[in-house]
Amino acid sequence: MIEFYLNQKKVQYDGEPTRRLLDVLREDFGLTEVKEGCGEGECGACAVLIDGKTRQSCITAIGSLEGLSVMTLEGYKHSEQYKVLDQSFAEAGAVQCGFCTPGMIMAAQSLLAENPEPSDAEIRDGISGNLCRCTGYNMIVDAIRMASQKGKGLW
Amino acid sequence: MVNISQSITKKDHIEKMTGETQYIADYVIPGMNHAKIVRAWRPHARIKSVRFPEMETGYFVIDYRDVPKNGVKIIRSEQPVFAENEVRFIGEAVAMIVGADVIKVNAYVEQVKIEYEDLPAALSLDASDDAMVSYHYAHGAVTDAFQKAARVIEKTYYTGHQEQAYIEPQGAIGLYQDGKITVIASMQCPYYVKDAVTFAMDVPAESVQIIQSTTGGAFGGKEDYPSLIGCMVAAAAKKTGKPVRLIFERGEDMTVTTKRHPAQIVYSAALDEHDGILGIKADIKLDGGAYEGLSGVVLQRSMIAAAGVYRFPCIEVSGQVMMTHTVPNGAFRGFGAPQSFFAIERFMTHLATHLGIQDPVDFKKRYFVKQGDSTATGGSFRYPVILPEMLETAESLSRYTEKHERYRMQTGRYRKGIGMSFFLHGCGFTGSAEKDYIKSVIKLVKYPDDTIELLTSTTDMGQGVKTTFAKIVAEVMALPIDQIKIVNPDTDRVPNSGPTVASRSLMIVGKLLERAAKRLKSEYVAGKYQEVEERYVHPEMVPWDITSFSGDAYPTYSWGINVIEVEVDTLLAETKLIGVWGIFDVGRAIDETIMRGQIEGGMLQGIGYASSEKMEIIGGAVRQSGLSDYIIPTAKDTVPFVTRTLDNPYDGGPFGAKGAGELTIIGSAPAYAEAVEQAAGVPVAIIPMTPERLLAAMKQQKRGER
Ligand code: FES
Ligand code: FES
Repeated sequence: MIEFYLNQKKVQYDGEPTRRLLDVLREDFGLTEVKEGCGEGECGACAVLIDGKTRQSCITAIGSLEGLSVMTLEGYKHSEQYKVLDQSFAEAGAVQCGFCTPGMIMAAQSLLAENPEPSDAEIRDGISGNLCRCTGYNMIVDAIRMASQKGKGLW
Repeated sequence: MVNISQSITKKDHIEKMTGETQYIADYVIPGMNHAKIVRAWRPHARIKSVRFPEMETGYFVIDYRDVPKNGVKIIRSEQPVFAENEVRFIGEAVAMIVGADVIKVNAYVEQVKIEYEDLPAALSLDASDDAMVSYHYAHGAVTDAFQKAARVIEKTYYTGHQEQAYIEPQGAIGLYQDGKITVIASMQCPYYVKDAVTFAMDVPAESVQIIQSTTGGAFGGKEDYPSLIGCMVAAAAKKTGKPVRLIFERGEDMTVTTKRHPAQIVYSAALDEHDGILGIKADIKLDGGAYEGLSGVVLQRSMIAAAGVYRFPCIEVSGQVMMTHTVPNGAFRGFGAPQSFFAIERFMTHLATHLGIQDPVDFKKRYFVKQGDSTATGGSFRYPVILPEMLETAESLSRYTEKHERYRMQTGRYRKGIGMSFFLHGCGFTGSAEKDYIKSVIKLVKYPDDTIELLTSTTDMGQGVKTTFAKIVAEVMALPIDQIKIVNPDTDRVPNSGPTVASRSLMIVGKLLERAAKRLKSEYVAGKYQEVEERYVHPEMVPWDITSFSGDAYPTYSWGINVIEVEVDTLLAETKLIGVWGIFDVGRAIDETIMRGQIEGGMLQGIGYASSEKMEIIGGAVRQSGLSDYIIPTAKDTVPFVTRTLDNPYDGGPFGAKGAGELTIIGSAPAYAEAVEQAAGVPVAIIPMTPERLLAAMKQQKRGER
């Protein structure tokens, strides 16, 4: 039995400990906003926050989560920080097909939590584990910069 | 009228941002079974036998016997849904195992034994002498020009495979209920899939329903391919009576789905004694892979694009799609044009170099087409061509001329280079396809609560048509955008307004929406249910003849100029992007932010094509099987772009809009190659220009100097 926190609620998992966190989140908890783009840790579509830091859930075994706190977009989207990111992503046109978006938001949150006023280079670095094939990234970089300015004091 | 180009929040922003939107892998349908494809591992072989393992009840084999007409209807239907006697490429589907437990399904797939008898295989363009498609055209006195020529210069250019690399892999779900087949899938063209499933399952069209699931990127990769997997899940659902889900893994998607055609393009120019161009010849060979699919149409566009943005006294173009025993190639943003533009832009530069002209732009602009000029196929550029204005803008933003001059004399390890490319994109289908085959229909429905629903078969795959379509109707009718409703197409609800391809959606379907909105506005009765339908009307054009490649190939053209600046570390042969400028004429942008998104995304995809996106076929198998070895750009590989769209409204499009989506990928590769060539001081005639290739070229040059 593994006990961990999922979107701020204590949950238990009583299955195969080597299963991918990605599958557990999607199949057992119905959290389908966590996407599978590659299954090999390369694209970031499956990114979640584990104790506040971005992790690729496709290469994380559920068994390694004992006592840790997992946050997905489902839990995060009620926060004040999310609202700022939401506005900024809309304004900057940072969402096209949307498949990379949940992972990008997770990466943005983890970046801003650590560094509330990142430089452009730091933003690029912060989302370099998240692939986006639609936007060319610059509008996502704009969105995160905009969020850091609009959301002063939130992070 | 307020400015239509002013951006609004996208119609589907909230559902995508919150992660609530359902992509194909997110559907949970009670009783759903999983499917996994059994693939052949020989490039070319006769299948002697297939042995399936003993399976538990509830597990099924689906193969050619379950498909009444075993062909994927694309243009012809030469590719089987499941191979029967022969396999033609590594990864070709032989069967599919279906059942409730995905782990068991995978295990059964592993246990299938296929016995082959190997047949001779052509594994590359060079090795093939089998032309699946051939075309030829000539306009003007070409033979004469080459006879008269003071000299003839010939160069050859090569471009590689490119994988669309949409972040959402391919996937489809099939359902069967009361004699009705339903396919839900990540796709661009619901009616293509409907046609294919109707044909393969040999059922009446009314009994096939296709629904688009929100599509996580497509770029052409979901134009033709979903027809194949749509047939597979349809056959499986019909046989098992259960919903069947087929979702590709990345490695599978990367190695077996259609890609951009590799090309070999030979150009020659006949020059007079004053170094003027008398005539041009181009010979284009595309690697079609194992099945023809859309390759013939891709070749048509390549060949028409062969003249670039230039007016030559005469031109002759021949083209062939060669059959190889490799993964079939198909649609990818640009559809044959990126290969040709890479080659013609490089060729014009190399001609200039050859003639001792320092700045290739000086040479190229002498040949720019103008309004009223005839096209390579004897049609007409009948609308304003604003290349000179665009060039001025490009120059003033990028300071190209001054940099190009400064970078000519460099020494030291790090050297800079700058390149400029000129390109166009014929908007919409080639020739008369809109009139002869597509015959688009759209519908507006006004409900008693006065909300208006747009019914079209156009899919939003991220390019934003839900928003731009809604804006067109809202603007015409002077209604708030929230009163306009648009959802993913379902062929039971929407008329056939054609596929979402060829940069046709906004210009063609958008125009029909504009017309319908005008009518609905004039007939508007508040609180009443109303419907308005509009049908495609062909514009005045020089009739297109495919046998001679003559006439107007496109109703109009969109235009672009790209400037790219790089720095090459000559020791490690690594290239760093420094600056990117993109100037475009798309008529009028229906939404500035959406347009910028198309530019930024398309241009970076083009830079990837030119630089890092190398795909190799070794022994018939695609070597790059993941995003760790097929390298698409990350946020760290790019820089801020400077982009502009200049207004040049086109009557035939809504609010003056022309095609835009594909144009944006075309100019990056030639501009990038030109910049690398200047910085590294070696000719670039092949893409992707990876560090390994650049290093080899620089070494070779050094050896040559000694
Ligand atoms: S799915 Fe986990 S990184 Fe791509
Ligand atoms: S928006 Fe499509 S992958 Fe990022």
